Amino acid sequence: MRHIISLLMENEAGALSRVAGLFSARGYNIESLSVAPTEDPTLSRMTLVTIGSDEVIEQITKQLNKLIEVVKVVDLSEGDHIERELMLVKVRATGDDREEMKRLADIFRGNIIDVTDKSYTIELTGTSSKLDAFLEAIERNMILETIRTGASGLGRGERILKV
Amino acid sequence: MSVELTGAEITVRCLQEEGVNYIFGYPGGAVLFIYDELFKQDKVKHILVRHEQAALHAADGYARSSHKVGVALVTSGPGVTNAVTGIATAYMDSIPLVIISGQVPTAAIGQDAFQEVDTVGITRPCVKHNFLVKDVTELASTMKKAFYIASTGRPGPVLVDIPKDVTQQKMVFSYPSNVSMRSYNPVVEGNSQQIKKAAQLILSAKRPMIYTGGGVILDNASEALTELVRLLNFPCTNTLMGLGGYPATDKRFVGMLGMHGTYEANMAMQYCDVLIAVGARFDDRVIGNPKHFYSEERKIIHIDIDPSSISKRVKVDIPIVGSVSEVLNELIKLIKASKEETDAHALKEWWKQIDLWRERDCLRYDRTSAVIKPQMVVEKLYAVTKGDAFITSDVGQHQMWAAQFYQFDKPRRWINSGGLGTMGFGLPSAMGVQFANPNGTVACITGEASIQMCIQELSTCKQYQLPLKIINLNNRYMGMVRQWQEFFHGNRYSESYMDALPDFVKLAESYGHVGMKIEKPEDVEGALKEAFKLKKRLVFMDFITDQTENVFPMVPGGKGLSEMILV
Ligand SMILES: Cc1ncc(C[n+]2csc(CCOP(=O)(O)OP(=O)(O)O)c2C)c(N)n1
Repeated sequence: MRHIISLLMENEAGALSRVAGLFSARGYNIESLSVAPTEDPTLSRMTLVTIGSDEVIEQITKQLNKLIEVVKVVDLSEGDHIERELMLVKVRATGDDREEMKRLADIFRGNIIDVTDKSYTIELTGTSSKLDAFLEAIERNMILETIRTGASGLGRGERILKV
Repeated sequence: MSVELTGAEITVRCLQEEGVNYIFGYPGGAVLFIYDELFKQDKVKHILVRHEQAALHAADGYARSSHKVGVALVTSGPGVTNAVTGIATAYMDSIPLVIISGQVPTAAIGQDAFQEVDTVGITRPCVKHNFLVKDVTELASTMKKAFYIASTGRPGPVLVDIPKDVTQQKMVFSYPSNVSMRSYNPVVEGNSQQIKKAAQLILSAKRPMIYTGGGVILDNASEALTELVRLLNFPCTNTLMGLGGYPATDKRFVGMLGMHGTYEANMAMQYCDVLIAVGARFDDRVIGNPKHFYSEERKIIHIDIDPSSISKRVKVDIPIVGSVSEVLNELIKLIKASKEETDAHALKEWWKQIDLWRERDCLRYDRTSAVIKPQMVVEKLYAVTKGDAFITSDVGQHQMWAAQFYQFDKPRRWINSGGLGTMGFGLPSAMGVQFANPNGTVACITGEASIQMCIQELSTCKQYQLPLKIINLNNRYMGMVRQWQEFFHGNRYSESYMDALPDFVKLAESYGHVGMKIEKPEDVEGALKEAFKLKKRLVFMDFITDQTENVFPMVPGGKGLSEMILV
């Protein structure tokens, strides 16, 4: 199963490599990883998307908790949560395809943020599966390049991750 | 006005503040200022080893035998890389160490400077935590944290990497009196509901078994464990790391379990209905294949300080996270206060079954042999030292015979590399043990292959007059490798013969020690007596043993605990 794990850690040099090292040393999957400082600059918040059985996910959260610089860990997918990812896609946009691309971006509530006479750059946010769906809707050879931030997320309502 | 100290002085002052008596190390460019400060004081005694691996093992043996934090000091680059084996050894067995490593000056970091390695990167996967001190203002607080992290929760090695310029920078020294870290707060007390549930399950058991590991030793919980086992009259087994946690000469002790555990311990593990695991982690050398170990009927209680050790390899029914000594004491209280009692009838039947297994006499060997049997040497060693020695070991068959035949009644007496299985550990760790226990009898049981991995330390032993007794079980083979080749590789003894061995007697003598060579079974006891009479000398005893002896019982890799090869 896919899990979104969110963690707060000390914003110190090397903390990220401890998390990455843990995943490679123990053979866990990382689908995506995103990290940035929080409103409190001494803390970073990381969102990790991983796939594993319940036993593996239990070990992952325990092992993350064991890292000295990790302050708190939650598995967001255990409860209601909001997930968002940002993607930028540069697509071929010439002739008839120009209209078609614009329509498609609209359907997915994307914004065209850069235009040349041959291409569009589309900005899209949503769950990771929505971004996947958008990419599937476009013919492969129309895509010039893509970049995704990896998922980030928060618990819904009263579910709050804070020190 | 307060005086300013250099980083090097601060480093040494921190060690003094922590009450460190001994540090084990080796100098080099990056740590010269620290060595200069060591020179100017005499509270912290520096022990000069002959290889950084040995510094780590010595600090490790010191820690294991004394319940103090062991401290090592090494220089940058090759000093650190040499130390890595020792750091990983301590990490695998959860031994509290603080390692101070020199680093190139901060401005040179990342420049591929002379003797630069990414120490924090190299050691990251084999330390509990590590630090790079970038400024002298962080030095004292980092040292404080290092000692705190190393010795609390599940202990482990912590490395502090100090660039050379930081050892020259100056500031006013003050040592923090306590540490608080929002990201590190190890649990001590177990959950009382869980402990209650455990007590109930324990009292309802028909075929109980208590299985304990290194956690009992590390948390000084042997007294509590002994009280609990006696209160319940349950059988008890110890892992290789847990020997001495429960007195081996007590009749409730069924021996070590695992790959080379006794028949009775392994069978009781497999067929019990309630298993109480204490400070142990169900590792592959202990339970074999978890699929074969699984049993529908068996309920498991698991007490451990490290939540990630629980339900890692085996799903348990009642997990209890906490200090094992605290939890055991709670359990004792509850059981004493309970109106319920253990099922005496069922327990009697269970003991009958265990005694039947015991009759299998799984550790028997040929006592009439005309060549020296290694098991006999360990038995005689036990007799001659009256079971009261500190025994360190290397890795191989001799390690297993030591574990099987020396009966440890006290904790912290059996010192070996269980997790990493590091050949070369025996001699340097024995040095650390002797420093921690200056009046103790310390023997190192080793093999002719293992001893050569840190043989240079005979020189250190001479310098500090350490009266160790080295028991070399010399079978001219990497015996454990040869045994696997015999069992699983069609007797093809690929590269496991130890050719071109030195004359160990002369070798010992050339280092200024006493050497003995013992070739006949009837000479074993006398030689041991003679050696242990030499209270001030290191004696290297080269026992020429049976070349083809194997360690039994044996659970082959991937098999279940009850699928033992027996003698
Ligand atoms: C550093 C290291 N290298 C290799 C091994 C693999 N190994 C395990 S036991 C063993 C043989 C040990 O031989 P010896 O010290 O003579 O002991 P014996 O088994 O004969 O008692 C070897 C090579 C190891 N454990 N450690």
